[in-house]
Amino acid sequence: MSTTEPAPRLHGSRCDSCGNVAFPVADGCQRCGQQVMQPIELSEHGTVWGFTVQRFAPKSPPYVPPADGFAPFAVGYVELAEGVKVEAVLDCADFAELEGQAPVRLTAAAPVPRFEVVA
Amino acid sequence: MTGVSIVGAGLSAFGRQPGVSGREMAVQAIRSALVDAGLEWSDVQIAFGGSDGSGLADTLVAELGLTGIPFTNVKNGCATGGSALVSAVNAIRSGSAEIALAVGFDKHGRGAFAPLPEEWGLPVGYGEAGLMVTTQFFGIKIARYMREHGITAPTLAKVAEKAYANGTLNPNAWRRTPMSADEIASADMVNDPLTRFMFCSPGEGGAAIIVASEAVATRLGGRPVSLLSAVTRTRGFGTFEVFAPAIQGAGAPTSVSTVAAAAAFDAAGVRPDEIDVLQLQDTESGAEIMHMAECGFCEHGEQEQLLEKGATLIDGSMPVNTDGGCIANGEPIGASGLRQVHEIVTQLRGEAGDRQVPGTPRLGFTHVYGAPGISACTVLAV
Repeated sequence: MSTTEPAPRLHGSRCDSCGNVAFPVADGCQRCGQQVMQPIELSEHGTVWGFTVQRFAPKSPPYVPPADGFAPFAVGYVELAEGVKVEAVLDCADFAELEGQAPVRLTAAAPVPRFEVVA
Repeated sequence: MTGVSIVGAGLSAFGRQPGVSGREMAVQAIRSALVDAGLEWSDVQIAFGGSDGSGLADTLVAELGLTGIPFTNVKNGCATGGSALVSAVNAIRSGSAEIALAVGFDKHGRGAFAPLPEEWGLPVGYGEAGLMVTTQFFGIKIARYMREHGITAPTLAKVAEKAYANGTLNPNAWRRTPMSADEIASADMVNDPLTRFMFCSPGEGGAAIIVASEAVATRLGGRPVSLLSAVTRTRGFGTFEVFAPAIQGAGAPTSVSTVAAAAAFDAAGVRPDEIDVLQLQDTESGAEIMHMAECGFCEHGEQEQLLEKGATLIDGSMPVNTDGGCIANGEPIGASGLRQVHEIVTQLRGEAGDRQVPGTPRLGFTHVYGAPGISACTVLAV
């Protein structure tokens, strides 16, 4: 891992016609059906809209557990300034930190979006 | 008003049936519905049906008899039964048939469904990261709903306790052992705030409904139930669904169940508060609670007090899932929507035995919800 890697960013689309923001990148607008969408970078900061805790190891495949084995993790939706709520893995020291629209920061864009609680 | 009546309803057994195929369950359900209607297979003029993963419905003619009728396969997830029923109703309304069949069936293996990200239009990374788990959606949705509307964890346990209690009164249910709210609440957590006993399990079963024109229903005699409306809808913009990489649109998500239920009530000319007995999709405890409000039976947040008063019990003011619902009957995807209709038909005829709602129920309602954002609702009357 290089320390000079660019900061992760999420890429979405904004509809030319109605302004709706989609994630991931889309070629048609779910709201108005128009097909002219502009690529945009989404906010790196947001708030936790809702979450749960994955208490059991998902079926493998397709799940690939971390090298040190499965541990329960939080998954939820992060509301961004653009209005869209993005599904993400949520990192925190204690799951209770995610309550109350906790502010979070993007830490990875792939394989799925990943955010961590801002201290 | 559709001018269409249900003249026959039939089920196979529900729950694990080693050595019995999903197709065989479908045939059992159809034969049971034919007996109920006092009809022969050769009387059925058109058929619609399907399963999610247990075979094509049009192949059932090999067992039922090769009468040459049009038989259309339906594959619409949890709305498979509802879509088949709407098609059967429309065949009667159009005048192309006087007697039509809708059938749904499935036989799922043990454990959670194992969907592939690519079949849902998602990158494979969602599977590798552990996000292709259907139960996560239900946990996220009800956890937020509880925070917003003041629903407590003991209320979640009450829903499942009722499902198992109703299952003990239903000879055809899969789960027929009562379970206390404490036992349900203290079981292993699957996805917070939902424990393992709050979820339905993928299961096995078949269900069949025979509909006819009013003229034929009158000629047959029997115990017809009027189908005041049958409606299916796919999601509109801004809903929150299983396996959604994002919820688009600002503000609160919309609900396809709300749209489908409102359309069903509108078409029937009936209000939710007039319904005497109802079926709501109970994929897990929280879903039943949210669907009470989404379908118009109460305000958001009112469920806490309603359940405290026992409103959804068999002898309550709005009995919900009197047969034990998906939690006690399991979830054979293709069959569940028509299993719901079968239960309401049974209740409106006054033939539900130990689980019969008191009085003389006159109006009933059914609702299914499923991925990727579909709902099917019916309003029934005697």
